[in-house]
Amino acid sequence: MAAKAQKLTKTIESRTDNLLEVREFVLRAARVFGFSEEEASKIVLAVDEACTNVIKHAYQFAPDREIEIVIQPVKDRMQITVIDDGKSFNPSIAKLPDLKQHLSHYRRGGLGIYLMRTLMDKVEYKYAPGKKNEVRLTKYLTASEPSAQG
Amino acid sequence: MADFKVHQRDGEGVSVIDLKGYLDAHTAPDLENAFQKLLNDRKFNIVVNCRELTYISSAGLGVFMAFIEDVRKNKGDIKLSNMSPKVYNVFDLLGFPILYEIFKDEQEAVVRFRAQLKP
Repeated sequence: MAAKAQKLTKTIESRTDNLLEVREFVLRAARVFGFSEEEASKIVLAVDEACTNVIKHAYQFAPDREIEIVIQPVKDRMQITVIDDGKSFNPSIAKLPDLKQHLSHYRRGGLGIYLMRTLMDKVEYKYAPGKKNEVRLTKYLTASEPSAQG
Repeated sequence: MADFKVHQRDGEGVSVIDLKGYLDAHTAPDLENAFQKLLNDRKFNIVVNCRELTYISSAGLGVFMAFIEDVRKNKGDIKLSNMSPKVYNVFDLLGFPILYEIFKDEQEAVVRFRAQLKP
């Protein structure tokens, strides 16, 4: 019987050399929860993109700020929340770029947000300017993947 | 421990870059430096062999976007080869196969360059 998936938390300093540790943390949790390797890879990439955005945009590469990653398994889905207290940025109000047009103009920004929305089932933003920003990424188990819950 | 490596090989009219490990926001500057060096040396026919590339995020993909325009302005190209299905999926999600030629094997990419270079 699979182990009961638990809520997990990790806090890192806002440096890109910590992304590898985040990816390993998320990969382990996604596997325990019952995601296939393919789906687990998607979740890992989405969380990497969320953390990279925090480092680049919210903290503007300040290396000593905190990023908290909370993994919350809920029945048939896994929610990962990435929390920072840097500059607020709400990409959900930004229009999703027309990818073809975006690429034809050789634009490199905005690809991370596009990936997060494509890889996950739900991407939600919550922010209190000057206090706390949150991006919550949700992925549902598909019918073929047995949940580790209960 | 080096988690990402860029290695350059120069053949006849074509330069090959081998990528090894993971390409994320932390390691993307290494690839930027490699592309910049190629451009400084006026080497514009570039094949990137991804055989040992285990992971790529948008920061890595952004490096290809940053250089492709300059490379093509100089009548060169960046072609990609030997991607694992996992890495290819990320390129595919972002529509990169529209912009870049992606080959199963490095040699196919080199042959393509040679054909294009013929007078």
